[in-house]
Amino acid sequence: MADDMIVEARGLNHWFGTGEARKQALFDIDLALPRGSLTVLMGPSGSGKTTVLTLIGCLRAVQDGSVRLLGHELNGAGEAELTALRRRLGFIFQSHNLHESMTARQNVIMGVQVRPGIPDSLAHKAAARALGLVGLSDRLDYLPANLSGGQKQRVAVARALVGNPALVLADEPTAALDKASAGDVVDLLKRLGTARGTTTLLVTHDNRILDRADRILTLEDGRIVSVTDKTGDPDGQ
Amino acid sequence: MSRLLQRLFGRLPIGWLQLTHKRGRFLAALAGVAFANVLVFVQLGIMNSMSTATLRPYEFFRADIMISAKDANAMSEGANVARQWMLQALAHPDVTAGMGLLVGDVPWDRGERDITFTTFGIDPAQPVFLSPEIAAKSALLQVKDAALIDRLARGLPREEAAAIRPQTPLSFETLGRTLTAFDTFAGGGGFGGDGFMLVSDQTFLSLFPERSSSAPDHIFLRLRPGADVAAVTRDLRGLISDKSLRIRSYAEAAQEDLRYQQTQRPTGVIFGFGVLIGVLVGLVIVYQVLSADVADHLREYATFKAMGYGPRFFLGIVIEEALVLGLLGFIPGLAVGTGILTLMGKATTLPLGMTPGMAVTVFVGTVVFSILSGVIATRRLAAADPADLF
Repeated sequence: MADDMIVEARGLNHWFGTGEARKQALFDIDLALPRGSLTVLMGPSGSGKTTVLTLIGCLRAVQDGSVRLLGHELNGAGEAELTALRRRLGFIFQSHNLHESMTARQNVIMGVQVRPGIPDSLAHKAAARALGLVGLSDRLDYLPANLSGGQKQRVAVARALVGNPALVLADEPTAALDKASAGDVVDLLKRLGTARGTTTLLVTHDNRILDRADRILTLEDGRIVSVTDKTGDPDGQ
Repeated sequence: MSRLLQRLFGRLPIGWLQLTHKRGRFLAALAGVAFANVLVFVQLGIMNSMSTATLRPYEFFRADIMISAKDANAMSEGANVARQWMLQALAHPDVTAGMGLLVGDVPWDRGERDITFTTFGIDPAQPVFLSPEIAAKSALLQVKDAALIDRLARGLPREEAAAIRPQTPLSFETLGRTLTAFDTFAGGGGFGGDGFMLVSDQTFLSLFPERSSSAPDHIFLRLRPGADVAAVTRDLRGLISDKSLRIRSYAEAAQEDLRYQQTQRPTGVIFGFGVLIGVLVGLVIVYQVLSADVADHLREYATFKAMGYGPRFFLGIVIEEALVLGLLGFIPGLAVGTGILTLMGKATTLPLGMTPGMAVTVFVGTVVFSILSGVIATRRLAAADPADLF
C-alpha cells in the first residue's frame, strides 16, 4: 500500500445471514482513500454503502478480501487490534448519539479521553477548541436537550474531530442540517484534510455537498458502478 | 460531587451524570436501595437482639464448667441433673466449688399486664458464682422469700423499679406466696420471659415444691486459678459415669445455646431468612435500576464502543453507578433503620438497636452486592453493537 493511502480495499466481499438466508452484500470492492482526501460514497438504499463504512471502521469483521487501514490488515485482526484502531478514527453518525446527561463539552471530551494518559485540563481545552471550530463556543455547557438539531450534529462533529483522527467516517452527517450548516460542516472536513491530512469518507444522499468532494464513488447492488475523481489521481479506485 | 468523582476516577463521572440526570428516577432508586438496607438492618437487629437476649443470663453468673442434661439446649431448657454429679466433680483436684442452678418461670399478676420472670434459684452463700453486680446484693437473698428482680423487665415501670431498695422493698404475691424484692439488677426482656428474677435455692423450692435441691437444672463449677478448663472438662467426662450429660466449658455452653437459638429455633431461622430476603431484594433493586439504565443508553454505549472504548470502561461506568446507588442508598437506610430499631426496642424492651458492627456489615454488604448487581447488569451491554448505529 502506498504510504499516502489511509485505506486500501482489494477484492472485498461481504455476506449477511447464514444457510439459505445468506445474501451477498458486497461484490469485489476495490477502493483507496488517499491521505487528506474527502470521498463521498453515494448510492441507493441497500446498495452496501453502510457495509463498506462499517468494514473500514472496524465495526464488522472482514470476511473475504483485504482491507488495509492505517497500515494494518483488518482481515483476521483481533478484537483488541480493531478497538485500538477505532481510537484513531472519528465517527459521525446520522443520529448525533450524544449523551443526554452530558454537556456539549463533556460529550466532546469523550472523544479525547478514549486515548489514555491525556491530562484533564488538556482534554477540556481540546474540547472547547473543537466546539469553537464548529461555531459552538457559546454552548460549551449546554445539555443536548437545550441545543437545536443542527447544533447537536455539530457537537457530534466536534466529538469526531477532537482527537485529530486520521480518518473520519461520516454517515449522512448533513441530513439534519440546513444548507448553510451542511456546507460549513463539509468545508470544515475539507479544511482539516488540507491542514491536518485528515481523510474523510462520507456517505450521503445530499447533492448540496457533492461539489466539495475530491472523489465520488457510486455503489449499486454491492458493486462500485462509477468513480468520479476530481483530483485526477489514478489510484482513486 | 461531579468534580470529586472526576478526580477519583480520572475520567468524566459518566455513571453519576447518567444517574442524576433524571432526578425522580434517581431518588426512587435510592429509596429502593435504602428500603433494602432497612429490611436487612431490622432483621439483623432482631437477630442481634436474640443473641444478646440469649447470652444475657450467662452474664449473671461466673462459672468455668457447666453440667447440663443432654436435652438442655438453652439455660431455661432441659431435664434436671442429679446433684451427686456435682459432688463427684468436686473430687477433681482442680474443681474448687460447685453450685446447682434451679430455673423456673414465675408469673407476677399485676392486673392489666402480667410479668413473667425467668427465675434462677441460687445458693446465696456462694457469691463466687455471681456477677459482681449481683454478688454485691446476694446476701439479701438469705432472707426467706427475698428476691432480686430485673429493673429492665418488660412491663415494669422504670420509676417503680427505681424505688425498690432494701429500705423500701416491694412485696408481691406469686404462686401462693409473698415474695419481697429487696433490690434490682440489670437484665431485660427477651424472646421468652419478660425479665429475670434471682431467689435463693430455698425460696425457689418453696415456690416450686415439686422440685428438689438434689436435682437442679444445671451445675456450675469453678476451677482453681490457672487450671486448664478443657483438660478438666475432659477429665470430668471420664469421671462422671452418666455419659448422657453435657459437660462443657461455660463459654462453650453459651455459644451452643446461641447457635441453637439461631439455627434450630424457628425464630432464629425466620430472622436469618429475613436477612437473606433483604439482601436479595437489594440485589434485585440495584440490578433492575442498572439494567434499565444500560438498556436506556444502549445507543450511547454503542457510540462509545465505536469510538474505541473497551469492556473495562463500560464495566467501570456500571460499577460507578452501583457504588453511587449503594453508598447514597446506605445513608438514609442507616438513618431509618436506626430509628425503626430504636422504636422497636422501646416498644418491646428487647435489646434492639444499631451497632457499629451491624452498620459496617451492612455497608460492606451493600457495596459488594451493588458491585455484583452492576457486573450482572453489564451483560446487557453485549446488545450494544456499534455497527447498528449506521
